[in-house]
Amino acid sequence: MKFILTMHDKVRPLFHKGGKLERLAPLFEAADDFAFTSPTTAQGGAHVRDAVDIKRVMVTVIYALLPCFFFSLWNTGHQYNLVNAVAKVGFVADVMRGAMIVMPIVIVSYAVGGFWEVLFSCVRKHEINEGLLVSGFLFPLILPPTIPLWMVAVGITFGIVIGKEIFGGTGMNVVNPALLSRAFLFFAYAKSMTGNVWIAGPGGATVDAITAATPLGLVSALPEGMTLTDAILQGHISFGRMFLGNMPGSIAETSTLACLIGAAILLITGVASWRIMLASVLGLVSAGLLANWFGDSPMAKLPVQYHLVAGGFAFGMVFMATDPVSAAATPLGKWIYGFLIGVLVIIVRVLNSGFPEGVMLSILFMNLMAPLIDSFVVDAHIKRRAKRA
Amino acid sequence: MGLLNLAIESIFIQNILLSLFLGMCSYLAQSKKMESAKGLGMAVIMVLTIATPLNWLIKHFLLDKGALAWTHIDAVANLDLSFLTFICFIAVIASLVQIVEMVVDRFFPVLYNSLGIFLPLITVNCSILGASLFMVERKYTLVESVVYGTSSGVGWALAIMSLAAIRKKVRYSNVPAGLRGLGLAFIITGLMAIGFLCFSGITLGG
Repeated sequence: MKFILTMHDKVRPLFHKGGKLERLAPLFEAADDFAFTSPTTAQGGAHVRDAVDIKRVMVTVIYALLPCFFFSLWNTGHQYNLVNAVAKVGFVADVMRGAMIVMPIVIVSYAVGGFWEVLFSCVRKHEINEGLLVSGFLFPLILPPTIPLWMVAVGITFGIVIGKEIFGGTGMNVVNPALLSRAFLFFAYAKSMTGNVWIAGPGGATVDAITAATPLGLVSALPEGMTLTDAILQGHISFGRMFLGNMPGSIAETSTLACLIGAAILLITGVASWRIMLASVLGLVSAGLLANWFGDSPMAKLPVQYHLVAGGFAFGMVFMATDPVSAAATPLGKWIYGFLIGVLVIIVRVLNSGFPEGVMLSILFMNLMAPLIDSFVVDAHIKRRAKRA
Repeated sequence: MGLLNLAIESIFIQNILLSLFLGMCSYLAQSKKMESAKGLGMAVIMVLTIATPLNWLIKHFLLDKGALAWTHIDAVANLDLSFLTFICFIAVIASLVQIVEMVVDRFFPVLYNSLGIFLPLITVNCSILGASLFMVERKYTLVESVVYGTSSGVGWALAIMSLAAIRKKVRYSNVPAGLRGLGLAFIITGLMAIGFLCFSGITLGG
């Protein structure tokens, strides 16, 4: 540590005003901040009696993501080895295989996303924030494992540049950059984002539709007269298995259990809003029950508890919907925002035959509506206070 | 149920602004402030609700081939005046907007001042004429055209109000100089269109 510090101190003047490398100052500051605490502290009275800053919040999110990430390493490799009938199968072999599939995607996402962040910081002279650590990590985790690496690069470029940097960088974005990246790929390269893309390797595209499809993707291949629940069970994906996440799907979305561990970390540290999580579950359950009641399509008849563990719902609600920048800011607004996300997920899953899964689009839509909700809540509050006075 | 579906469809699935991109000019220009966005949204809802069924009546009782049969005058009973459709629709919309303008001026002077030139410009707001023409093309009944007009207006108002709210949120953001204002508004509109895509493909029964 001492060595790094002396080295940093030695080159520090180069980056100061008038130094040779002045233009790259944000890069140096980021490296400095990353290794040590920030050298600049507030002068004068203390305004916030807490050590929480962007860095700590973002790092907490990274910690919360780790269970999902480690699970995804095993699961991706496990699905690969299973389908491609690799002879030597074991826990270690699965994890190694998973790492070979997942790590390149994560590395490309970080490298390309980091490039844009550094470029914008240097040109626009703002600091490099730790927000990128989260966006660049979230994005690969919600991709299908078969995604070509150049698409990862294109997607994260769109998300970081259009979704975040042109709005002014971390903390200014309107929509969640990782989600926007995925939505961009989803609409631009639909073929690589839906269908038989959930298991890596040459065997992935050829296995039986029922066993290879994600539970939500089954609807299109559903035999006549069979309920979705039956098909899910016939594909040997029980409720418990969906909860644990030992099934095909986006890289780290499959395990509800891992997401719940992450949720616990986020809630205990107070980083994510419990209101949004609770409200979205309430929204999903109530809309799901309504669909069970009135609907007659196979998807509408799917019992509610399956909706809770299927697709990216848990991952989306824990890590995406609660993003404090793009979510609603007022407490009442958070309830409305979360509840509507849950309802929308059911609407897209049940009514929209075009998309089997609606978590990404629902959160994206509500990100855009969040400022409007906040504006209504604040207006109502002002009116109420004015009346009381 | 059919009417409810129509309403939901024209607010969300076929949002007149974000999936058909009609009525962009006043949408971009009047979304800087929440108040004027709300006012213009209400004005558009009002004009659309009245103009669409009114145009339906004119189309079905004056312009269509054989529409004048109710006069029982042989000379005009078989007339086909549908070549006058556009000009009649425009005239109806223009005169309606004048009336709305006078009403707003009389009862909501603050709103009138903040809307400025854009209130008369509703006349040439393409979403109004667009709704009337879609109403013809899709062969709506009179009741359907009322519902369609109102809900198209609601969809338009929803879009402009959410853009106004987002623009309020990004007002203090450190946006690159070249993109401040309209540039960013265009990009936000694009993002909103992506957001509204989550409804595309929904087919409602009935």
